Amino acid sequence: MSLIQVRNVAKVYKRDTFEVPVLNNLSLDIPEGEFVALMGPSGSGKTTLLNLIAGIDRPTKGNVVVKGTDISTLSESALAQWRSDNIGFIFQFYNLIPVLTAFENVELPLLLTKLSRAERKKRVEFALAVVGLGDRMYHYPKQLSGGQEQRVAIARAIVTDPLIIVADEPTGDLDRTSAEEVLTLMARLNSEFKKTIVMVTHDPHAAQRAHVQRHLEKGDLV
Amino acid sequence: MRVLKLIFKNAFRHKLRTLLTVLGIAIAVTAFGLLRTVYTAWHAGLDMAAPDRLISRHSVSFIFPLPYAYLDKIQRVPGVEMVTYANWFQGVYIDKNQFFARLAVDAKTYFEVYREFLLPPDQYEAFKKERNACVVGETIARQYGFKLGDVVNITGDIYPGDWQFVVRGIYQRRDETVDGTQMVFHWEYLNERMRTDAPGRDGDVGWYIVKIADPNRSAEVSSQVDALFANSRAETKTETERAFQQSFIAATGTIVTAMNFLSFVIIGIIMLVLGNTMIMSARERTREYAVLKTLGFSGGHLVGLIGGESLLISIAGAGVGVLLTFPLVEVFAAALPKGFFPVFTIEPITLTLAVLSAITVGVTASIFPIQRALGTRIVDGLRHVG
Ligand SMILES: Nc1ncnc2c1ncn2[C@@H]1O[C@H](COP(=O)(O)OP(=O)(O)OP(=O)(O)O)[C@@H](O)[C@H]1O
Ligand SMILES: [Mg+2]
Repeated sequence: MSLIQVRNVAKVYKRDTFEVPVLNNLSLDIPEGEFVALMGPSGSGKTTLLNLIAGIDRPTKGNVVVKGTDISTLSESALAQWRSDNIGFIFQFYNLIPVLTAFENVELPLLLTKLSRAERKKRVEFALAVVGLGDRMYHYPKQLSGGQEQRVAIARAIVTDPLIIVADEPTGDLDRTSAEEVLTLMARLNSEFKKTIVMVTHDPHAAQRAHVQRHLEKGDLV
Repeated sequence: MRVLKLIFKNAFRHKLRTLLTVLGIAIAVTAFGLLRTVYTAWHAGLDMAAPDRLISRHSVSFIFPLPYAYLDKIQRVPGVEMVTYANWFQGVYIDKNQFFARLAVDAKTYFEVYREFLLPPDQYEAFKKERNACVVGETIARQYGFKLGDVVNITGDIYPGDWQFVVRGIYQRRDETVDGTQMVFHWEYLNERMRTDAPGRDGDVGWYIVKIADPNRSAEVSSQVDALFANSRAETKTETERAFQQSFIAATGTIVTAMNFLSFVIIGIIMLVLGNTMIMSARERTREYAVLKTLGFSGGHLVGLIGGESLLISIAGAGVGVLLTFPLVEVFAAALPKGFFPVFTIEPITLTLAVLSAITVGVTASIFPIQRALGTRIVDGLRHVG
């Protein structure tokens, strides 16, 4: 049984009076330990699909089952708890909290756990060491380069040791070298830490680092 | 609470904006404190009013005198324990900016009825014995340095002429709410001078103060007194001391009522100042709140985060404002003519109200931003650019 099962999912956005169908009866299976790249033109529904898998949006029809849990049936608060337990998020624009240091940003998801202060510190330091920023812990986001910010965001995504990492165009805003670093890091998370990764990208070069590439076209997988 | 640090950091994200907001709240709280202090000072007279005292005055206006002959008749009304009387003498002491009540009173009974003025027996005796003796309240005694044996010169206006009074007594106040700014002297002395200087004005009494046995019967006794003089040349209007002072305040206190109203307008202004800041912040942080929700933070966390920040700012503002209120009231009191208000202090209730208002404002100002943060779906919040 696949870790992630997307079953006959449809998503329709309502805008004022008319409806925008984004995904049509889409099904997708992602086995545990996979590194999948979702590709496709702008507006094809990549982000939408990723959001459904990550439990930050709900399908209009169909189910998303992750590790046996049908997350489309969970209550809002149960879903929030589920995300914090199972998913690590990486965004195109890093989305760090500007008033918090790298350390505090990475610590953020751990504040929702019962871990002690000392335990949290150990984990945060480890995560920052993994992304190679052990020496930038007390820098604020604006004191870091884009690539470094994204690595902090990756540290934040892995610090809770989630099952799945979702990344929406993680290199979309980075220069070549930084993008390369980030992709190498993600490949390492997959191979070394056995994370299942779903990555949306425009960049064919980035997609090559994944094992599997899936293409979306107007809301359908092709 | 683990998000406490984030509350602090958020509050000081835009240092200038936060500083201005805190300052705005502080100024408003100070203005509130000052206005309320003036308001409560104005009303202090009401709290001093004794329930067992009636004031009987001319039915047309307090400025028209009543005949001295009424004294006997009022005394005989059932339920009346004791009657005393007073005239508003006014006059000028030093200059026109020295406000304190100067009254011609019945030396034999005035202090019997006004038990809250504590006068040592020997001073009381000395006062009663001497025609032109006077008694001053401890507050003005302190202010003007009056000592026993001092001569106080007053230039008459309502009662023209030069007047000299010898201080034979200084009364203490029974408690904080008692007026310590009265100067009283013999009505007899005034009356004698009127008899020679202004015949026709002798025998005038400003108002009678009627001490009654049972405060619950004040209405009954009042109407009995008034009935005595119905259809006479000088009809009376008798009411409780509190009602009397209330009517006095009503006549002069429109501005004070406006002040009371303004003090609440100010709370509205604080609300807008803080509300504006919080709404701006919440707008800017739409995406951050969505990120926090994505990471698994609950609605309760966001409520704490936003509400906490709002409260932090409002309480900081209230704190600064309260601290500023003390020196400001002092400055204001110094600028006022001396004795303008018998009691002019910052009441604890004023400060409590100010702080409570600030807290209410803090909570209220965060309602809209919280609603917005909770109501925004994660996917929309993440797409927000701002
Ligand atoms: N929250 C939303 N409300 C309304 N419409 C939305 C929302 N999110 C996405 N859409 C619409 O759904 C369609 C697919 O959007 P989506 O973001 O999934 O595309 P995408 O493949 O990620 O595109 P891009 O490569 O530009 O990021 C678009 O037409 C978009 O306008
Ligand atoms: Mg997208």
